[in-house]
Amino acid sequence: MTTYEGVPGLVEMTGSHGETTLVVDAARIVEACMFIRDELGFNFLSDLTPTDYLGWGSRGVSGYIGTPAGRDMHGPGTQGLARVPDAKPKRFAVNYHALRLADDPVRVRLQAWLDDGEEIDSVVPVWPTADWFEREAWDMFGIVFRGHPNLVRILMEDDWEGHPLRKDYPIGGEPVRFSGEE
Amino acid sequence: MSVLENRPNIYEGSRIPSPIPTAVIVDPEKHALEDILTINFGPNHPSTHGVLRLVVDLDGEMVAGISAVIGYLHTGFEKTMEQKTWWKCITYPERIDYVSFQVNELAFVLAIEKLLGIEVPRKATWMRMCLSELTRIHSHLVWLGTSALELGAISMFWYTFDDRDTTLDLFEMVCGTRMHTRYFQAGGLAEDIPEGFYAQAREWCKKMPKAIDEYEAILDRNAIWLKRTKGIGLLSTDDAIALGQSGPVLRASGVNWDLRKNMPYLAYDEVSFDVPVFPEGDVYARYRVHMEEMRESVRIVSQCLDRLEEMRGEPWIADDRKVVLPPREELHTSMESLIHHFKIVTEGYMVPEGEVYQCVESPRGEFGVYVVSDGGPKPWRVKFRAPSFVALQATATCMTDAAIADMIAIIGSLDGVMGEVDR
Repeated sequence: MTTYEGVPGLVEMTGSHGETTLVVDAARIVEACMFIRDELGFNFLSDLTPTDYLGWGSRGVSGYIGTPAGRDMHGPGTQGLARVPDAKPKRFAVNYHALRLADDPVRVRLQAWLDDGEEIDSVVPVWPTADWFEREAWDMFGIVFRGHPNLVRILMEDDWEGHPLRKDYPIGGEPVRFSGEE
Repeated sequence: MSVLENRPNIYEGSRIPSPIPTAVIVDPEKHALEDILTINFGPNHPSTHGVLRLVVDLDGEMVAGISAVIGYLHTGFEKTMEQKTWWKCITYPERIDYVSFQVNELAFVLAIEKLLGIEVPRKATWMRMCLSELTRIHSHLVWLGTSALELGAISMFWYTFDDRDTTLDLFEMVCGTRMHTRYFQAGGLAEDIPEGFYAQAREWCKKMPKAIDEYEAILDRNAIWLKRTKGIGLLSTDDAIALGQSGPVLRASGVNWDLRKNMPYLAYDEVSFDVPVFPEGDVYARYRVHMEEMRESVRIVSQCLDRLEEMRGEPWIADDRKVVLPPREELHTSMESLIHHFKIVTEGYMVPEGEVYQCVESPRGEFGVYVVSDGGPKPWRVKFRAPSFVALQATATCMTDAAIADMIAIIGSLDGVMGEVDR
């Protein structure tokens, strides 16, 4: 059994669905990652991805009939939620899915919370594979990773405006190129 | 054999470039003084397996600098899935990596089931395993055919695509479509297994090992193939782990790691199969891993068939009316069923609040799905951990001291599927 008590900056430890989540102080994320890599043997970073929680819980709660704002019969899923989901501390969560690639494999999720505009240190020195993951996180969510050697867009074009996976990024609002009307 | 017991000595130290681990940058002074030629390889080059673009600095025949540019096939799958109900989303993961469609679908369906906490009938579990392994063979056949084609062994392509076709025939028989089947549902399978499947699949199981022997007969004594793959694209054990490599690339660097064995899901702990590991860390070792994996997959498929034939008449999907569509014939007689059907189709089922990371061993390595639900009928966030996205990060490390012609072999051996890389 792995104990996570010594992880630097550990705020909270939760477990659900057989997975362990360590909420870590964003300012000490590199320290925490170094610790779990060197002391606990998490030598493999499976995934690194942020989640945008803007508007979390505002889909409305309802009984059978509808939301307080009324029900749009044309849209699926407008019945509302059965209960309001638990509030999140800040807007963005950055999730690090680490794996101990050894005879006793364990997975753990490190989670650091950020508000819009806050920066976080890059973990490329800990796991080189974070390079493209952090570039993708910057590209899609606009999260700045301090100390990343090459933080440029990876999936979108270099001159793209906005960060598509943010919840306030419109759908279908992107300019159409070569539309024939120009 | 333990996971990291024998670390083969592929090369001393680390070859991961610094400061950017995924790119080799030519010294600007050298660039100005010497005859360095910068070329664009791709994005429309046929041997980039799609639309990968490599910016390569050439010093004569040798690669002096390289950086990969991706994103040409970015279609915003993750954003789109946030707008769809859970049960409509199942069609998307298949199209991300269009060569290992069924395995991707499996990962997403398992993630939904983990959040729902739903029990899946054992027949569905075994059929999922059976189809996952068929997909692995299908994917490896496509890999083998195209990679050999790029190195000049054109006839391989026709042989592998012939056998790929018979593999897809099995999918067609079960699911009605040859690819992108949407056969796995949250709770089990979409339909029962057709009676004729067993006989045809057994026939296929008999034929397939012979076909693999034939492929090896074509390549293994081919001097050109051996020259172009042996000792090319070296990747050491430590570098492979640091760069997050998984699947055949990791196993070809001497790591005895397979999620099916080390962290079993479905019923992989109940079937017998071996994990091929090769210590050389070169293109040839990756080819060997692919070949052996196909043989092992055939073994798993035939074990699945044995078990499935005993399960004739058993249910193939869970009996949970809040998640699973009611049987078609009930809709004519039962008001309840009609309501359930209507609710699931219009609103979709609600998935309890939570976040899970579910991964499976796809043909390319660890395919992971991270999903967040707020308790509603649509996912709040979906993220795919695509193994080929990670594999391409190793391009720069593998290209140390490589010539431009080796690049084709190396890119092929990393087995990137651009749909999955760019998502």
